[in-house]
Amino acid sequence: MKGTYILAIESSCDETAAAVVKNGREVLSNVISSQIALHTLYGGVVPEIASRKHIEKVIPVVQEALAGARMSMDDIDAVAVTYGPGLVGCLLVGVGTAKAIAYAAQKPLIGVHHIEGHVAANYICHPDLEPPFLCLIVSGGHTHIVVVEDYGTYRIIGRTHDDAAGEAFDKIARAIGLGYPGGPKLDKLAKEGNPDAIAFPRAHIDGCPYDFSFSGVKSAVLNYLNTEKMKARDNGRSADLEAEGGRKTAAPAHHGVPTGGDAEGTEFCPDVFSDGITKADLAASFQASVVDVLVTRTIAAADALGMDKVAIAGGVACNSALRAKMREVGEAAGKKIYYPDPILCTDNAAMIGSAAYYEYLAGHTADWTLNAVPNLKLGER
Amino acid sequence: MKILAIDSSGQVASVAIVTDEAVLAEYSVNYKKAHSQTLLPMVEEVMKMTGTEGKELDAVAVTNGPGSYTGLRIGSSTVKGLAMVWDKPIIPVPTVDTLAANYADYDGLICPLMDARRGQVYTGLYRFTDGKLTTVVPQVCTMLNDILAKVNELGEKVIFLGDGVPVHRQEIAGQVTVPYTLAPMHRSVQSAASLGYLACTYLREGKTVTATELVPEYLRLSQAEREREERLEHRNDD
Repeated sequence: MKGTYILAIESSCDETAAAVVKNGREVLSNVISSQIALHTLYGGVVPEIASRKHIEKVIPVVQEALAGARMSMDDIDAVAVTYGPGLVGCLLVGVGTAKAIAYAAQKPLIGVHHIEGHVAANYICHPDLEPPFLCLIVSGGHTHIVVVEDYGTYRIIGRTHDDAAGEAFDKIARAIGLGYPGGPKLDKLAKEGNPDAIAFPRAHIDGCPYDFSFSGVKSAVLNYLNTEKMKARDNGRSADLEAEGGRKTAAPAHHGVPTGGDAEGTEFCPDVFSDGITKADLAASFQASVVDVLVTRTIAAADALGMDKVAIAGGVACNSALRAKMREVGEAAGKKIYYPDPILCTDNAAMIGSAAYYEYLAGHTADWTLNAVPNLKLGER
Repeated sequence: MKILAIDSSGQVASVAIVTDEAVLAEYSVNYKKAHSQTLLPMVEEVMKMTGTEGKELDAVAVTNGPGSYTGLRIGSSTVKGLAMVWDKPIIPVPTVDTLAANYADYDGLICPLMDARRGQVYTGLYRFTDGKLTTVVPQVCTMLNDILAKVNELGEKVIFLGDGVPVHRQEIAGQVTVPYTLAPMHRSVQSAASLGYLACTYLREGKTVTATELVPEYLRLSQAEREREERLEHRNDD
């Protein structure tokens, strides 16, 4: 029997991606053109530069995805595209291209919510996973606990009150001189450190047992760095520092860079602090405090709701400590834990093709007026 | 020869179907810019109204910059998608050239002025001889004073058009020493018919690119790149 083949395009941030997905679960091709090297010069994603790169890459990426699946547009049943949330200039490249391809090939068009795509990445990696299940969504812009009641139907039961988890990772990574992309670099460094070295706070929000706040732990890390900076300044300055093998890096301020140049980032990062704690210890301790609240609150929510399947989705879902801890705590509580392969945790189009399949089955197609919606809310259409 | 022409470089969104002989359809909207929502429905409409199938087109033409960065990318992504599926060549035409083509019948110098903000304009100088475009100064991003000085130096009568004209009316009046005219509003904006008119010549001359090759000509670096270059220059000065 012939399956349903969806060509999907994703360009919401700094990856230009296209994929062909069969029946929402089987990835026939998954092409990602990353811009990380380009944005590293600026310490973060620069929207105009990203948009310019997307327009150069979008057709080669789509053609490679079709070729990889050994298909032409005649074989494709529908065209899907991420239309939000994301950087508007970036989204518009994918949306414009997808609309034109769908119109020219006379195929239905499906607009997909980027985060619903991240959730759907789990469908690709776990053929047995079907709603309902509980999902922790963690990325640079989102920290949500949601009940996935059905394909495309979400009930949000917990959210962050300030920074998203991924945002906190990025800010701390910058403050200790790891640069962009912060999350993966911090994860790597933390592996060499002691997560119990510093007891950073785990914030609770009264009356909202499944909500998050990461501003407290972020401030605690920055305060620690500031205190150390003062100590270094008082203690005979650079001579001692150099003798210990420490170093100080200074980067120029980045103007016009939305995610760079954070005033909170103090950029003071010797390898060893005055109390003998290493930079890796600091990273591990910070990461542990974030992972701890993410996992305990998610599992508590699953218990309260009587749900036995728990998934993780979003860019931070590839954090090794989060995966390990969720598995450890979740399985101890009798839950089945799901998370996508690392390649499907980054921004990619295969996950968009998967989410689109269920939209397609539900008859949710878009018309040629589909626009980019940078602040699209989860579950909105 | 049949060409679908698309312009979303500025305030106006404009789409046309042209042949060597005639403009079969032109659809322009200059109202509350939302090109990403209006452009493809406009394409669908002109195709339908003229009974045109994508496969029968010889090429797709696009106004390829300068202009609004986002507007250029909406046009570019649309044209790329269409050309890829229909397997057609793309004819990229400089925006300032297409504006000049609004006055292909004018006997004198043509000076389009697009407002580029920060005292700058996207401009150029052109002349049509027997319907053929001659470029005197190719399109450039420059200070208004520089192009007006060039106009005075050439000493010919000139017509100004484009969205930079209302912005710089006073400077034009104060500085231009040659006889000049300001275009009326209906001939002062980008037009896909003018684009199509030039595109026919381009196609005959083989000036086409593929969907992969097409890249907008912004004529400016992004702000972040400009500031980075300035920082590097400062460092070199020290």
